[in-house]
Amino acid sequence: MKKLINAPDDVVTDALAGLAAAHPSLRLDAENKVVIRGDAPRPNKVGLVSGGGSGHEPLHGGFVGYGMLDAACAGEVFTSPVPDQMLAATQAVNGGAGVLHIVKNYTGDILNFQLAAELADDEGIEVVSVVVNDDVAVQDSLYTAGRRGVGATVFVEKIAGALAEEGASLADVAAVAREVNERSRSFGVALTSCTLPAVGKPSFELAESEIELGIGIHGEPGRERTTITTAHNLAGTVMDAIADDMPLSGDVLVMVNGMGGTPLMELYVMFAEVQRYIEGHGARVARNLVGNYITSLDMQGFSVTVTQLTDTLTRLWDAPVDTPGLRWGR
Amino acid sequence: MDTDVFRAWITDIATVIREQRDHLTQLDAAIGDADHGANLDRGFTAVAAALEADPPASPGAVLTLTGRTLISKVGGASGPLYGTAFRRAGKSLGDTSDVDLTALAAALEAALGGIQQLGAAKEGDKTMVDVLAPATSAFSKAVAEGQSAADALGALVAAAQAGAEATVSMQALKGRASYLGPRSVGHEDPGAASSALILAALRDAVLASP
Repeated sequence: MKKLINAPDDVVTDALAGLAAAHPSLRLDAENKVVIRGDAPRPNKVGLVSGGGSGHEPLHGGFVGYGMLDAACAGEVFTSPVPDQMLAATQAVNGGAGVLHIVKNYTGDILNFQLAAELADDEGIEVVSVVVNDDVAVQDSLYTAGRRGVGATVFVEKIAGALAEEGASLADVAAVAREVNERSRSFGVALTSCTLPAVGKPSFELAESEIELGIGIHGEPGRERTTITTAHNLAGTVMDAIADDMPLSGDVLVMVNGMGGTPLMELYVMFAEVQRYIEGHGARVARNLVGNYITSLDMQGFSVTVTQLTDTLTRLWDAPVDTPGLRWGR
Repeated sequence: MDTDVFRAWITDIATVIREQRDHLTQLDAAIGDADHGANLDRGFTAVAAALEADPPASPGAVLTLTGRTLISKVGGASGPLYGTAFRRAGKSLGDTSDVDLTALAAALEAALGGIQQLGAAKEGDKTMVDVLAPATSAFSKAVAEGQSAADALGALVAAAQAGAEATVSMQALKGRASYLGPRSVGHEDPGAASSALILAALRDAVLASP
């Protein structure tokens, strides 16, 4: 294993210190591993808190700032944070209008955020939780832990963050977050596994020409192993899975996301194919995002997320945002 | 069984989890996300330190402190699940200073109930419940029949180990392994494996006590 680290046990702490040093507009609660907007809590603004295992950067800490999250809790690599961290984040951003928890659908995240919401309630802070579960690669979701939360998390955080910035109520911010989730679908593909710093070797092995379809963001194996093919064919496989679950129409927001170890050049190759597919199926790519936004350490691969837009969602997507990971309009 | 026995149980768990850390992580890498060994090691190391720093006065307090520390330190699904299990077991023991087999059986039942309530897993879902449910049931039955501590704890551990082995052929229906569908078959569930280690440590701690 070759990694730019000091020690495996210090990766998360060291990375958070670097994020805070690079972005002085953020505040770091180092003890609780919580990244907080420098101006939080903002009176009468709904606070947005998310969090999850580390290793998905820029998610979540890189999305803290104006127009997006108010705080993010970082767990160990691929491990959900604990309730104490989530409570500290919730307290730090509570401006009196309540706090929204944005939770990716994994058993650990759900359980820890549930305990945190109970602790916050004990302290008189109103918390509403929204669960993101957009991964169509999970089939038979009635017989599993349910669909995983992946790329749509970025869109939920951006759009709900924009509405909260306008001064909307907790109920309205939660409703738009749920709406974005319901209108979004994702699918991921790995060309290689990833290596956890504390483990030191790849989580699974793929042969030279093998790829893994339907991966999540934790180096867990996907639903099927197959042979590498052209970008055109891969886009077809991924988009068929998405379009089978949510017929494409009207204006869509599309993210072609890198898993951490994929050159941007290849992501643009994929985007061109994805756009061609969507426009050939009667929809229009009205907005897009191409780059590394929700990663899986050093994994090579990509995921596609498609969200069906409305005029309101487009307006909120276009609203100003100023975070380490997304910045425009301000 | 006094406070020392329960403290020995928890420190034995910390030792065995440290020894088995890489094995648990390998089981998790096959069907999950390769962090189970590291997470439990971090959690039980913190628990051992907490017991050392402020020694609890009763068996119930040992287990309650263990549970609270696991919830605060582990994260993932195993932190809340094991944390809740130990807290429920501690609460079930109350403030008694000497635990008999019947009270221990009730505490294990309470722990299982807490895990099932929080995680909503049933037997056959390929989770820690596949160890804890048959082991608890075998232990309660042995205690009700008036078996000795050694025999009842032997039944507990035998059922636990059989339960862990049985998860190999199951398809996961809960937790992260469930995303693999049929590909989860053929691997032992890491949570089941750690549960079997925890129960074997209980037997060892009780039988080693004077």
